[in-house]
Amino acid sequence: MTMAGHKHIDEVTGVETTGHVWDGDLCELNKPLPKWWLYVFYACCVWAFGYWMVYPAWPTLTGYTQGYLGYSQRAAVTAEVNAAKAAQDTYRQAIANTPITEVKGKEDLMQFAMAGGAAAFGDNCSGCHGRGAQGALGYPNLNDDDWIWGGSVEQIEYTIAHGIRNGADEARNSAMPRFGLDGILEPAVISDVANYVRSLSGSEQVDADAAGRGKATFAEQCAACHAEDGKGNQEMGAPNLSDAIWLYGGSQEAVTQSIVTGRGGAMPAWAPRLDPVTVKMLAVYVHSLGGGK
Amino acid sequence: MTTMENPGRFKPEDFLVEAAPGVAKHDVEAVRQPKSKKPATDADGLSKGSWAEKPRIYSKLAKGNFRNAKWIVMLVTLGIYYLLPWLRFDRGEGLPNQLFLIDFANQRLLFGPIEIWAQEFYYVTGLLIISALALFLVTSIAGRVWCGYACPQTVWTDLMIAVERFWQGDRNAHMRLDQGPWTFEKIWKKTATHISWLLIGLLTGGALVFYFRDAPTLAMELVTGEASTVAYAFLAIFTFSTYLLGGIAREQVCIYMCPWPRIQGAMLDHDSLWIAYRDVRGEPRAPHKKGDTWDGRGDCIDCKACVAVCPMGIDIRNGAQLECIQCALCIDACNDIMDKVGRPRGLIAYTTERNMESRTAGPRDGLRMIRPRTILYTVVIAITGALMAWAMISRSDLDVSVLPDRNPLFVKLSDGGIRNGYTIKIVNKNQTPRRFKVELTGIDGLKTTIVGHDDASAPIDVGPSNVKALKLFAALPRDKAKALNAESTPVTITVTEVDGAVSATRDTSFRSPGP
Repeated sequence: MTMAGHKHIDEVTGVETTGHVWDGDLCELNKPLPKWWLYVFYACCVWAFGYWMVYPAWPTLTGYTQGYLGYSQRAAVTAEVNAAKAAQDTYRQAIANTPITEVKGKEDLMQFAMAGGAAAFGDNCSGCHGRGAQGALGYPNLNDDDWIWGGSVEQIEYTIAHGIRNGADEARNSAMPRFGLDGILEPAVISDVANYVRSLSGSEQVDADAAGRGKATFAEQCAACHAEDGKGNQEMGAPNLSDAIWLYGGSQEAVTQSIVTGRGGAMPAWAPRLDPVTVKMLAVYVHSLGGGK
Repeated sequence: MTTMENPGRFKPEDFLVEAAPGVAKHDVEAVRQPKSKKPATDADGLSKGSWAEKPRIYSKLAKGNFRNAKWIVMLVTLGIYYLLPWLRFDRGEGLPNQLFLIDFANQRLLFGPIEIWAQEFYYVTGLLIISALALFLVTSIAGRVWCGYACPQTVWTDLMIAVERFWQGDRNAHMRLDQGPWTFEKIWKKTATHISWLLIGLLTGGALVFYFRDAPTLAMELVTGEASTVAYAFLAIFTFSTYLLGGIAREQVCIYMCPWPRIQGAMLDHDSLWIAYRDVRGEPRAPHKKGDTWDGRGDCIDCKACVAVCPMGIDIRNGAQLECIQCALCIDACNDIMDKVGRPRGLIAYTTERNMESRTAGPRDGLRMIRPRTILYTVVIAITGALMAWAMISRSDLDVSVLPDRNPLFVKLSDGGIRNGYTIKIVNKNQTPRRFKVELTGIDGLKTTIVGHDDASAPIDVGPSNVKALKLFAALPRDKAKALNAESTPVTITVTEVDGAVSATRDTSFRSPGP
């Protein structure tokens, strides 16, 4: 026996060890692998080479090896998305053919519309109205029961489809005069009117004298749109001033600012951006948030 | 006798060597044994290269109590496995009538009247924990009982070997067949064996997929080609793996693939039962001739019956070995021989390491089944079992979850009132349709509405084994809302079954701007 091997044989079993020794005397027997195990290992290596051939595998300087099958995860996702869309077709068709007021009565359509509406709302509306449709200063809260342009599901659908003050003819259009900026009313009068407006909703911090002075001006300048009692007019998009909800805030300063500048936020029209079924689902969703009429 | 023409190693006279009068000495060496007498690189099964050949093991049919026990275990376990999906249980209209069904589509497990929903999977987890602990307990008491009797690998291998014996004969006939030339007889016997194995695999894979879908329906679909690709894929996978693992790989699975034998090593101690050759009684071993005395010699007549029956290819007389699954077939084989030569049974038997040591010293030691280890396992099993049983008994067939709206927390209404929204899910785990009433209490003057229903007190119908999601709005008028002196006021939502005693309450809160 040559010394080249330096083989160490375990005395008890008579089996060669791997040659490593731990803790002074601990060796590992160099038991051979079962033949089938080795063949399976070789088969896996061959499989790996085959895999590299048929699937995208290696990065190159400008791209990657495409593989003979031409598989791409992106294409697979596209196919899956198309399949999902096709699967939705029956529901979308049914919603398209159902008058919007009747969607609520059909449980499966309602369920689909609510899910689709919630998804579309998150993608398109939550930027301004918030994830929970809770709104913000200047952006209406869609959960409440106060609607500037009407809270029926058809009115909501129209508002979503055509938007507000976005320049289009079909849009919901209204403009409040800029009473302060355009010099229509004196600042002192505006302050009086603001006090009167706030008294309409029962605010406790109102200067009663000022409110009394403002009443006549309100009847003269504001009642045409906001109505005599301040309840507003949804046909004209004139907000109800007698309720507890203030789009731009209900403090004396905020209301004064509204009269001075006229306010007037804008909302894009969604009909050009979204398909009619999505707009319909959005309307059903918003209508069901709790304040729908 | 055509065997005279066989060029192989085995000649009829090999089987005529006697270890004792009337007891044939088997021409067999354990395919796995200590190599101390031979150089490592020149041993059977150990090639000079980097692999070991899979040894061919011809295990002889044993006869005796343990073999009978194994037949019974095989019959019961395979019987349950193959037949369970076919048992029916009437759950009523529109529900599956399969006694045991893993209903993936509806995310529930059905077993008779019990329904385990996906969110209740902890029941199954509990069962698995109990099973694992039971395995620990059994192993610490009686060694690799699981491996030897109940493991699917053992049971199916046993079945495959039985089928092989049916077609190709027991050990000697089988070896003669393998050594002989490829005659027509050999070809058809081999073919029949493999076809039988594949059919068993097919039945096994078939039985598996039946657990996941109505068995008679799926069986028809499988035959007519209408079943889903997944069903066919799993059928194929399990057919092939049963054939491969049970028919071909056999002991290789236990020796090289299964981690459980290594884990079991940690559970065995000096008092665990294991199968051992009592060398104190058996040695020195030697063939025994008629009229010879038994004095001054061991009871082992070196007939190697224990080696011939071993499905793992070891010689139990070499002591405890990694390969030994403790199937006890060598006990049967040796007892049979001891009866024939008129010596007491139990030369190979269940014993403990402590017993072996004490017998070497002289007196016999008793069994010690009750030890800290077994007490611990038993206590933990009892606690887990009791917890599970309690959870199962106290489980309601009505489940209610309430999720208050968080965005926005509350909504201010035009009249100055405050509204909160709640998503309520009513889970009807009963197999009949039920009707419920929802109530929100805790604050005077709350007006509740349920989306899609005209009236908040409208009955809510929930289908059998179904979930209903509701949106409930609760509004408080301005003056009442102003009177709330906290941002969060506790309220309670109660779901009561109409015409029934079952109800569930959930505590939640009503949010407002506060004082």
